[in-house]
Amino acid sequence: MGEFKVHRVRFFDYMPSAIRAMAFNSHTERLAVARADGAVEIFNFADNYFQEKVIPGRDGRAVEALCWVGRRLFSAGLDGELTEYDLENLRPKYSIEAYGGPVWTISGNSQGTLLAAGCEDGTVKMFEILDERIQFQRNLDRQKGRIISLAWHPSGTKMAAGMMDMIRIFDTETGSATHRMLVERGAGASKSKEVVVWSVAFLSDHTVISGDSAGKFQIWDGSTGTLIRSHPVTKWDVLVLSVSQDESSVIAGTSEGTVVQFQFIASTAGQEDKHWFRTRTFKNHSHDVRALVHTDTAVVSGGMDTQLVVRPLLDKVEKNTQESALRKIAFPHRNLVSCAKKAGLLLFQFPDHLELWRLGESDGNGAPGEILPVKRKPEKLIQLKRKGEDHICCSALSPCGSWLAYSTVSSVRLYRLTLSSNSVSIQKVSKLPKELRSVHQLCFSLDSSRLFASSSLSSVVVVALDQTECRCLHTLKHKSGSKQPIHILCPSEDGRWLAAANTDCEIHVFDLHKKKLHCSVPAYSSCPTAVSIHPASCSLVSVHADQQIFEFSLKQKEYTEWSRQLQRQGLHPLWLQRDTPVTRVTFNPTNPAHIVLHDAFMFCIIDQSLPLPKAETKLYNQMVLRSFPQPQRSRESHAFKICKNFQHLLSVTLLEDLSLVVVERPLLDIVSQLPAPVRQKKFAT
Amino acid sequence: MVEEAEIRVVRQGGSKITFREPVISSDSRFLLCASGHTVKVFSTVTEECVQELRGHTDLVTGVLLRPSNHLQVYSCSADGTVRLWDFTDGILIRTYVIGYPIFSIFASASHDGVVFIVTASQRDNRSDAFQLVAVHLPACADQLVETTELSAVLGDVSANPAAIAFGRAGEYLASANGSQLEVYFFKKKKSHRFSLKEENRNGGRNTLTCVACHPTDDCVATGHEDGKIRLWRNFSHRKEYTYSTLHWHHGAVASLRFTPEGSNLLSGGLESVLVQWRYEQESQRNFLPRLGAAITHIAVSPDGSRFCTSHSDNKITIIQSCVKVSSIIQGLVTGDEVQTDLMVDPRSKALVLNGKPGHLQFYSLQRDKLLFNLDIVQQEFIHQSGLDQYQVVRVAFDGSGSWLATVEERKQKAAEVEVNLKLWAFDDHTQSFVLNTTIAAPHEARISALCFDPAAGSRTAVLVSSSADGHFKAWRLAAPPAHTDDEGASWSCDFVGAYHGLVPGCCSFSADGSLLAVSFQEVVTVWSPASWELLATLSQPPGDVRNLCFGRLSCSKYLLGTTTKLLCCWNLLTCSLEWSTSMEVSLLLADPLSENMAAFCHQDGSADRTSERSAFLQRRSCDPLMVPLSAALSDGRCVASRRRPDALVIDDAVAMTPFYLLLGKHQRSGAEAPAGGPSSGTPALPQSSAAVRELLQTPAHVLPAASFLCSAFLESLLISVTDDRSVEETGPADQEMESEKEEEEGSDEETGAGGTRPEEAPSGGAQTEGAAPGLTRTQVRELRRVRKLDHSWLAHLLDS
Repeated sequence: MGEFKVHRVRFFDYMPSAIRAMAFNSHTERLAVARADGAVEIFNFADNYFQEKVIPGRDGRAVEALCWVGRRLFSAGLDGELTEYDLENLRPKYSIEAYGGPVWTISGNSQGTLLAAGCEDGTVKMFEILDERIQFQRNLDRQKGRIISLAWHPSGTKMAAGMMDMIRIFDTETGSATHRMLVERGAGASKSKEVVVWSVAFLSDHTVISGDSAGKFQIWDGSTGTLIRSHPVTKWDVLVLSVSQDESSVIAGTSEGTVVQFQFIASTAGQEDKHWFRTRTFKNHSHDVRALVHTDTAVVSGGMDTQLVVRPLLDKVEKNTQESALRKIAFPHRNLVSCAKKAGLLLFQFPDHLELWRLGESDGNGAPGEILPVKRKPEKLIQLKRKGEDHICCSALSPCGSWLAYSTVSSVRLYRLTLSSNSVSIQKVSKLPKELRSVHQLCFSLDSSRLFASSSLSSVVVVALDQTECRCLHTLKHKSGSKQPIHILCPSEDGRWLAAANTDCEIHVFDLHKKKLHCSVPAYSSCPTAVSIHPASCSLVSVHADQQIFEFSLKQKEYTEWSRQLQRQGLHPLWLQRDTPVTRVTFNPTNPAHIVLHDAFMFCIIDQSLPLPKAETKLYNQMVLRSFPQPQRSRESHAFKICKNFQHLLSVTLLEDLSLVVVERPLLDIVSQLPAPVRQKKFAT
Repeated sequence: MVEEAEIRVVRQGGSKITFREPVISSDSRFLLCASGHTVKVFSTVTEECVQELRGHTDLVTGVLLRPSNHLQVYSCSADGTVRLWDFTDGILIRTYVIGYPIFSIFASASHDGVVFIVTASQRDNRSDAFQLVAVHLPACADQLVETTELSAVLGDVSANPAAIAFGRAGEYLASANGSQLEVYFFKKKKSHRFSLKEENRNGGRNTLTCVACHPTDDCVATGHEDGKIRLWRNFSHRKEYTYSTLHWHHGAVASLRFTPEGSNLLSGGLESVLVQWRYEQESQRNFLPRLGAAITHIAVSPDGSRFCTSHSDNKITIIQSCVKVSSIIQGLVTGDEVQTDLMVDPRSKALVLNGKPGHLQFYSLQRDKLLFNLDIVQQEFIHQSGLDQYQVVRVAFDGSGSWLATVEERKQKAAEVEVNLKLWAFDDHTQSFVLNTTIAAPHEARISALCFDPAAGSRTAVLVSSSADGHFKAWRLAAPPAHTDDEGASWSCDFVGAYHGLVPGCCSFSADGSLLAVSFQEVVTVWSPASWELLATLSQPPGDVRNLCFGRLSCSKYLLGTTTKLLCCWNLLTCSLEWSTSMEVSLLLADPLSENMAAFCHQDGSADRTSERSAFLQRRSCDPLMVPLSAALSDGRCVASRRRPDALVIDDAVAMTPFYLLLGKHQRSGAEAPAGGPSSGTPALPQSSAAVRELLQTPAHVLPAASFLCSAFLESLLISVTDDRSVEETGPADQEMESEKEEEEGSDEETGAGGTRPEEAPSGGAQTEGAAPGLTRTQVRELRRVRKLDHSWLAHLLDS
């Protein structure tokens, strides 16, 4: 496997933001997640829960509700605006003021024609969905008190609205409220406090289900406006409800971090008489469950503890398969760390600032596993605050450490760094070419003479960097017609090739000398999560969301023999069962057969010269191998050398001096920064 | 007295009444429960046992109301039979012979004429495999019916009867085994298995402990070892089943039961709290706490008006509509171990032993009923495993039963043992014991023995306690100083004794309280309680002395002791070892009303040895509790044949004293007689003879030579001895001479001090014989036989 000097970096204080809202599009199997900082993330559930897109947030935007209408995504927030997102350019398309104060909720009808927004002033505002815009249509009867939650009847003729202390049912044609259902307040001291109906659901049999701040899960008859059944679920709040597609199951998320499932079951077998029974309880969160989605096979929940949890329903999936495993998505599926290989600098990306660190130094030599004394401590050189309200969406540091670039949805900023031993100066490059307006990904070439930026319509802008000026050389385009954003840019070491991967699962390789498309890697169904070009053999290694690895020779324009053999033999089942994508691929310059890649829980060196592991061999065998004598060790070893010494990895890069930089962000550090959860009585305390 | 009797153990009571779930009759008037080999029928109102259904020859393992007739009940037993009873009249209606030991029985109203039993699995030889078998009970009028129609329903079921339950209208059957729930549908003849992981993420144990089925809905409730209750629904689908989890119990759920309407679910376990869950609104719970001990079974009456809970301390609590405990049926509490030994309360004649933790129970053997519990520790018992709590380890009563001494101790890890000695006075007003004195830390170490002066009626009571700290202490009741305005006398230490730094073992008072024997490892010391001076030390073959016992009545000069290997008898007059015999005695006890002693041995096969002074009962392979029970009883009713005929006299090992020679000769003459003569008559002899009394009261140095005395002595003895022995010896030919002797005996009696023992009835018998000369020989012989019967038990009955 080789021995490395490892920089174990734990000073990246990455703090994900709490999940506020979620919406699932069952046709495209995309989950939209809104975070507290206003960022919206799109996960592709069909492709191993890969985080495809991230739309950065913006100061002052708090998304309270998300809603898919067809393939369009709308959000509303307490800033009183309704926003539609441009999923191709990863930015808000437009925003419309609702003029009703803060908007608590939006909900689209099943026909996809109307969008209802519940406002602070007690109005439900109907917006007509046009092809390019939405347009205010009318108000439903204005009520006293804010509208917290909304639910359409599947027919679109009725609507239930959760308010303070009550639920209203509206006739959407006339706009009048037909029923008023009073929700009982909590007992004891909370009697004087208004009860908030945090969430309502309207089923096709006119059953209304509500969850409220008194901790009750209530089932109402929506046609008569009467309470059928009340289930106390928690001492705290029931925050969110989600109904399954077939309306046989409802899940409720609570402040205690639990998700409670209710199922519509016949009390005796074979009879039609069905009731709602409380069945399972899932506890995967330590804090409020603020957002919940009931997919056909799983319960997806997110909340204050920033993790997205996919809990499969075991009665809907095959047991002991990859589908039946619990998934917790805690880290982004993209790189927030860029590393200057030659200068030994690290750039950390936060939503509102960048941090530039110089790695520590040590001159000691020790035995494997030993901790070396640090001669020079790591040092924070620069903290660069972003300008404007928009959050940073991407950043890059040139390998020599003299250039730094970051981008928001509206602008790109490029800085020149001058580092001496004890002074740092940063100088903004003032005149940038106008092509660098809105970019999704930034990347410097290895000799730091070029800046690559992925722009709209899957094009790549090449900018030449110079001491005096920077100018746009050309724009690389491909002809596949995909408009999806490019999320990975990878130049080759010799500066000849540039690989660009977009979320349509395409990988295009451009010839930078000829300034045109060289070839496209044959399309694979799963989205690439990491792409890299081998410096010596000029082959492109891509790792996909379904954990498959391909090696594509750029010269022959075909998959290499090793890649074919890997596909024939298949990857090890344990490798395929990992639930975090590989986010970076690099190569070992001393040994061209070595591919270094990592995900959040391991880093792996694939030795292409060794035989591939068979399904029955042990995949994680580094510890066992160490105990074997040399001949047996070489007999037993296989291509995948996996190291799990480091956990919660955000980045693993190989510096030029062959030391490994490992950036860890322990989950405990994140948890310790969360606010205290609601108090719960624990037995025997 | 039954002369020819073998040692026979009579089961008097004390069986567990909570072994299986009790059954409440449909009119809620009766409660039926399996108790040992019988089924007991209790009245739910008066708590009295109204019927006992006897007939099974082995442990009754299940009681079940017959679904088609609510006045009849099935019972099954390990003897391989199912019996049908009319429980109101206590009549055995029919016996179905199954042939295999049965572990539990189930029935459902929709399966007419079929009962389901659990037997050991026939196929594989594993002892822990059980199967559920449907038995078609043939309808015929015979008393004894062989059943042939057996069909296995489910293999691999649990032997725990709580793990099987019938579902809605008998359509399905739920069975829990290990971490797996199996539901068998009778219509489809198909079963679905649902398994849980052995252990869940948080380390909770998912093993199923009990099952209950909702009466009208398709819902199965299972209890688990980690205290969770799961409600399974939709289990007619193999894949889309679902369950909800309820969690209140912190220990394993022992029993679950739905009420007949299905509106509530009852659960109970270690916490001794009955929890009532509202069905479909499980967050609404009612509790009935402080039921005293862990709940093992819950039963509900068919009309739902009464519940009853069985508890681990052999108690059944009857509860009216989940709010009020209406009555408690309490059996003998058998806790973890009986540390106090078995004692008899001299006043109530109740058996006293450890009961609930920290309590003493007073248990009436005659009525098989717990009389009352005495809270000794007087601290709240905390139901948690691994917690060290105070335990009552020693109990002693004084002779009249007016004082009770208890020792409680608590041993905490890495700490010194905490010991409290408490003295309780009997309060005539409340008819109970009232705490008089608490002595904290009476010794520095554990108290190994405790005994009262048995004859304290005349003097102030004395209590002796010996401890591992090398001392024994005497405690005396002392009147309080005059100036204090205290309630009354209290106990204080009177004397601290030690012997060469050795550790005292056991202690024993002589019957009249004039001597105290304390064993110090290998040495037995004899003290005078009046002056607390060391009178004598007795040596014996090596080995620590385990038990000490003074002889009683005529044998009061003997002190018996046991070591690990030997049983020794010292003569206190000569201070020497009279005899010893090799046997491993674990317990030595004196009969307080006779001279007999009982010694309990471990090993099988050694012959029973009895003499006037020592009667050895061999420990048979019977209930370990029953043997000490029988030994502790003074009235001899539990073991009918305790006074065995003399089979062997241990004379070869006895020291040759003149007195012994006299006595021994007589003995030998008795022993030579055919075995079977009652020994009960002989103890009376020395007493009734004036010559003997004279001999005993005269100081030894003024006595004439033994040879001189011998003949006179012998004559006097012979006269009284002949009454029974010579009958068989001489036969009918000597009848006249015999009657003559009897007359002599009678006159002898009259001249004597007139003992009070009922054995002296022969004098009356002789007179009646004389008064009716016209009797035939056979009549005379009959009369004589009647007269020879020991009526002492009758006297004791009157005494008690």
